[in-house]
Amino acid sequence: MVMYTARRLLILIPILLGVTFLTFAIAQVTPGDPVALMLGVSATPERVEQVREQLGYNDPFLIQYGRYVWNVLHGDLGKSVRGQTDVLDEILARFPSTVELTVVAMLLAVLGGVGAGLIAAISRRRGAQTATMVAALVGLSIPNFWLAILLILVFGVRLHWVAVAGGEGFKDLILPALCLALAPAAVLARLTRSSILEVIREDYVRTAQAKGLGRRAIVMIHVLRNSMIPVVTVIGLQFAGLLGGAVFIENVFARPGIGRFAVSAIAARDYPQVQGVVLFTATIYVLFNLAVDLVYGWLDPRIRYD
Amino acid sequence: MTELQVGSAERAAAGESLWRSAWRTLRHHPAGMMGLVGFSLVLLLVVLAPVVTPGDPTSMNLGHLLEPPSRLHLFGTDDLGRDILTRVLWGGRESLRVALIAVVVAAIGGVSLGLTAGYFGGRADSILMRLVDVLLAFPTILLVLSIVAALGPNLGTVLIAIGLSFIPNVARFVRGTVLVTKNCEYITAAHLLGATHTYVMLTQILPNILAPLIIYSTLGLGSAIMLTAGLSYLGLGAQPPSPEWGAMLNYGRDYLRDAWWMSVFPGLAIFACVLFINLLGDGLRDAMDPKLRV
Repeated sequence: MVMYTARRLLILIPILLGVTFLTFAIAQVTPGDPVALMLGVSATPERVEQVREQLGYNDPFLIQYGRYVWNVLHGDLGKSVRGQTDVLDEILARFPSTVELTVVAMLLAVLGGVGAGLIAAISRRRGAQTATMVAALVGLSIPNFWLAILLILVFGVRLHWVAVAGGEGFKDLILPALCLALAPAAVLARLTRSSILEVIREDYVRTAQAKGLGRRAIVMIHVLRNSMIPVVTVIGLQFAGLLGGAVFIENVFARPGIGRFAVSAIAARDYPQVQGVVLFTATIYVLFNLAVDLVYGWLDPRIRYD
Repeated sequence: MTELQVGSAERAAAGESLWRSAWRTLRHHPAGMMGLVGFSLVLLLVVLAPVVTPGDPTSMNLGHLLEPPSRLHLFGTDDLGRDILTRVLWGGRESLRVALIAVVVAAIGGVSLGLTAGYFGGRADSILMRLVDVLLAFPTILLVLSIVAALGPNLGTVLIAIGLSFIPNVARFVRGTVLVTKNCEYITAAHLLGATHTYVMLTQILPNILAPLIIYSTLGLGSAIMLTAGLSYLGLGAQPPSPEWGAMLNYGRDYLRDAWWMSVFPGLAIFACVLFINLLGDGLRDAMDPKLRV
């Protein structure tokens, strides 16, 4: 397990370097001069040129990239064009709100998705099976930002149960989390169902039935535990979906997270902010995937020897 | 499953083509057929929008401002008196066009990369797959947002961004399929008969990728429609007065209290379209590649 972890950590280095290179390169091809944007329309071309020289914007590409990586390693993601504030500070101030939203959404998705998948796989009633699978298909097809608008319309505008926008209490977290959880819950429901249906045909399940074990015990001890291995991996992958979905949901519900921050940065063409938030989120995503891989290797030792 | 296995055996015995066999299975797949008929209907309505709607989706009618759904205006009107149904049908032309082209861009890019990497292996494979790994380190929406940020927010940029961001996933799965196919005996036989690499790739390997690629692209089309609409909703794609579905939702946001129909119907169009596509995608998967069944 130590070797496996070390190998996975080593693979991370070139990937993260690639991520920094890509975010840096995209910023370089972006039209418009960041210094001119920073100094405003009143700055003379001479002044712009002088500041470009001071800040190293005239240096060769690789020198600038090296400086960027060095700064990133020291926790410096640069300053925003608007207001010259520290980009990392701005991201860290908004990150807890996104974490809160994604964690609650993930919990709802796992409980709802795995539960629905279990019902669809083992229920003897055909109606229950069909209903859960239709619900999963609807969950996969409904745009979360539109569902969010509908829920605001019903629970905010008509019933006044929650704030229409910008609410920050636990009550105001439920609707955004629910909208965000729907798609991953649908994916998990379908996967749990197929995984259980596969495991349920295994010889050891037949053995358990033959020795007279109760239906509940067979499902809980033999079927559910073994069928959860692929589900755990997909839970990790769905986290990416949540980070992406948060961009839409935070904007609809006006929540102060990094998804909303990213969109406002793009609208204002504040590239240091965009670059910072992209790099930060991609790093979190890569680290989260690493954690999932390690858990997977721990759950299923065969993976480590591949 | 048994029926599908028998189906493949029959197909092999009868020397039936993949398409004929897929169509025969799809015809007996109620959900898949519902998706096919539904999506065909959506496409038909959207393509025929200039014929089936009374006129220009941007033309204003100041005598009918913010009217709720009625027999005259089935989906109601907006704050400028524009008919929502007309706008939804015209908007579908934009949403579907962008999503379809993005999926084609992704398929061409992904197949080129995946086929080259998988077929030649070695250094080409290492370099291309490391590039794919880096691109996959970004959640899709983030990659799309970065490209939109660099190129400026509009519908053309959204098309490029979605197309490019889908390439890594397509490339990875195409490479996987190529790695399995290239070791088959008929490929060795083709080489022994003196076939060139290009000939083997295009005539022997590519047809094997086609079925999973069609399934993947169909399901990807649903995601592309949602992303296109989502980005326009955020103000990063189509801009007013465009009737693109997401842009209409964005516009309707300010009228949520007084005119619910401005937000409900464009969203319903996205939902219905993606639902039909997902049903069709599931049906195609079961018909063309039962091994992938979830």
